[in-house]
Amino acid sequence: MYAFIAVVVGIVAGLILSPTIPDWMAPYLPIAVIAALDALFGGARAWLEKIFDAKVFVVSFIANVLVAAFIVFLGDQLGVGAQLSTAVVVVLGIRIFANVAAIRRWVFKA
Amino acid sequence: MSDDRGDDGPDGDRPVEHGSHRRSDEQTDGGNHLGGPLVAGVILLLCALLGFGIATQVRRTAAGDSLAAMRPDDLVQILDGLQQREDDLNSEVVALQSTLARLRVGGASSGQALAEAQRQAEQLGILAGTVAAHGPGIRITIADPAKSVEPEVLLDAVQELRNAGAEAQQIDGIRIGMDSAFTGDRSQILLDGTPVTRPILIVAIGDPPTLAAAMAIPGGVVDSVKRTGARIEVTQSNTVVVDALRPVRTPQYARPTG
Repeated sequence: MYAFIAVVVGIVAGLILSPTIPDWMAPYLPIAVIAALDALFGGARAWLEKIFDAKVFVVSFIANVLVAAFIVFLGDQLGVGAQLSTAVVVVLGIRIFANVAAIRRWVFKA
Repeated sequence: MSDDRGDDGPDGDRPVEHGSHRRSDEQTDGGNHLGGPLVAGVILLLCALLGFGIATQVRRTAAGDSLAAMRPDDLVQILDGLQQREDDLNSEVVALQSTLARLRVGGASSGQALAEAQRQAEQLGILAGTVAAHGPGIRITIADPAKSVEPEVLLDAVQELRNAGAEAQQIDGIRIGMDSAFTGDRSQILLDGTPVTRPILIVAIGDPPTLAAAMAIPGGVVDSVKRTGARIEVTQSNTVVVDALRPVRTPQYARPTG
């Protein structure tokens, strides 16, 4: 619950501050956001299933973001950045879908 | 719990579940839900960061500044595409411009040809008697109450006027054409089958002095008419109107050559 409030607070802060992203970071921000969303939904699912572990959440959150960014960075270096970005988004999207499906089953029992 | 979810297998939630959570489940056995206040703070911070990132990215995307965020390869590709499109559009512009020039030239020349054809049609119409005409000329009135003027005199008049350069003539409202014919006799003169009523009025367009002189030559029309005892009056005018028309005849056998 507090986590979602924190997300909303962050959104508001982002809208108000409207920071400028440095160029080197620009390709990684959307990927990082997707990865973090994946971690967030995974954490929500674990919390509903009463197996939530704060430390695991923190570690998986950071690791997700870093790994996703690293994959894209690697792709950029190899000249396949666009394709790898797409691949990462697809994989993370599938995971998010699966986690949301689990949450839905947990909430609606259906 | 995993048995409960077993029947939902097709949704495939299990293989993509957080492996780390699964492991941690076994390690911590669910006893440590929130951890210390420090960890909770880190979680909230991370969530806030996520929101911050989302907002920033959405703003960036909405600002339409997507080119700045793209990779050089993509930019080169986009540039290539734009250049190719520009080339295509340029060649299209050239083609359309040449078409436009061609149509303009064609339109101008066809307009000229149309005007020329119209002018020729009018000239030929005056000669053929299918178009009304006006201009300088003479008016000849023959008062012949005794009906003593022969058709030959009128034929002479027409031929003399033609020789003198008359371009259009009419007699009593009948246009003289290349196939006009006088028939009948002095009691009833027929022009193209139509009776000529007295007094006879001849209108001819041409140079008035020349036409008048052609009528007045010794032994000419004026003399012939006066010999029969009728009165003739020749009037020169700056504007006479020949408005009788002949029907348009389409040649039945003759065809244009060339």
